[in-house]
Amino acid sequence: MLLDVAFWVLGLVAVASAVLVFVVDSMARATYALALSFVAVGLALLLLEQSYVGVVTVLMMLMEMAVMGVYMVMYMGMNPALMPMSMVHDNRAALGVSAATFVVLAAGALLVPWPVRRGVPAPDVTAALGEALMGRQMLVMVVVSPVMVATIVTGVVLAAGRTRYDRFGDDLDASPPRDPHRGGVGR
Amino acid sequence: MPDPQPVTVGPGGVAAAGGILLALALAAVVLDGVLAARAAGLPAGAAVARPLDETVRLLRQRRRAPVSSDVLLWRLGGGGLVVVALLMVAVVPLGRWVVADLDVGVVWFNAMDVAVWVLVWLVGWGPNSVHSLVGGYRFLALALAYELPLMFAIVAPAVGAASLRVADVAAAQEGLWFVVWMPVAFVVYCLGVLAFSLWGPFAVPLGRDVAGGVLAELSGVDRLLVQAGRYALLAAGAAFAVPMFLGGGSGPVLPGWAWVLVKTVLLLGALVALRRRLPAVRPELAMEVGWVVLLPAVLVQDLVVAVVVAARG
Repeated sequence: MLLDVAFWVLGLVAVASAVLVFVVDSMARATYALALSFVAVGLALLLLEQSYVGVVTVLMMLMEMAVMGVYMVMYMGMNPALMPMSMVHDNRAALGVSAATFVVLAAGALLVPWPVRRGVPAPDVTAALGEALMGRQMLVMVVVSPVMVATIVTGVVLAAGRTRYDRFGDDLDASPPRDPHRGGVGR
Repeated sequence: MPDPQPVTVGPGGVAAAGGILLALALAAVVLDGVLAARAAGLPAGAAVARPLDETVRLLRQRRRAPVSSDVLLWRLGGGGLVVVALLMVAVVPLGRWVVADLDVGVVWFNAMDVAVWVLVWLVGWGPNSVHSLVGGYRFLALALAYELPLMFAIVAPAVGAASLRVADVAAAQEGLWFVVWMPVAFVVYCLGVLAFSLWGPFAVPLGRDVAGGVLAELSGVDRLLVQAGRYALLAAGAAFAVPMFLGGGSGPVLPGWAWVLVKTVLLLGALVALRRRLPAVRPELAMEVGWVVLLPAVLVQDLVVAVVVAARG
């Protein structure tokens, strides 16, 4: 009973705050409405006894939204998002797409023949979930992660305006490097 | 003697935990006042009444809000700090008792200290004031530098105990406290506590050079809550270090709960005293120190712990 109430309250908070993202007129409020939505989802995961996954979701999403808020304020909107703004653009098409997506997903959830439980849950459901998600695909995951790191590094290198020749000179022998700001460890 | 199976307390115990945290925070305020008086060459007597004076003054002061401030987010940020500190100590066992015996208590503490990012930035954003906003951004710049070293610092005791449950981590230190063979992790953890409490070298988000930063526009009860939140976070950080690094409730003669309190008070006193002994950390330089010095150091610490644990079988 208590769990049912908690589930419905968390579900409603998650959906309502996700809607608020598109209703509020401030970038900070939109960001933290989204954060609240994610936190509600993370807490709902606790109801599945996935305590690690639930708490880590809360942790990562709070961190991510705190950083994302900074970027949203920096980049979104013609003004730097310090004035009232809207998260909604091209209202009619957006409404159509989102309504269609919602109908498809909700119909899927309602119409799919859900399997009945066979056996009992594993004693450690978090380990069981990890095994089910990753067990067979471990090799793929191990290969993908260095590729992702390489992609991030490459992206930063390509996007950076200053190359190592700007920092260390044509013969790469300038010491200390010529940086616009000093670093914290004497460089 | 730490108890591996702590008892979850009822509502009375929850209130007691809140009261203990508040008392520790008050003790920190008094100690800081005494140290400040001594540094200024004044008699220390007045500092003892300082928390009470300041509380009464702020409660009587009128709350004000600047033009077009985002009052909702501002008040949420300011009120949240004390709540986060309470949620942190919820997983810290006091001898036999604990408020919430989470099987992932270590991760819980980490999630709560990340919530401070959100709250401090909101306190900076809310009042629609340049100085506050600069303070909020300064905190995020520091947070990016200290958070990963802090995360990997609390990984070390968890690996050493092979558990994310705080009571298990405390129980795994029978005979040898983790602080003895994980000194790097302990030092980095303490730096993290100073940082998420906006204390000492990490107080630049509320520095005088930005007219008080995130504190600039706070008045009345809002200011009281933020200041209380800082001291409560410092106390909660010290309390969490006890089961993680300082052997939990283990110690001679006294019962477990008394040892937890004694160790917490000693560490809290040391953290308060550090305020006047360390230089301020400049936010634009902190990132490189955090990621080039602290992060590799604490990763090596984690590796050593993992190898020792694997070798012991």
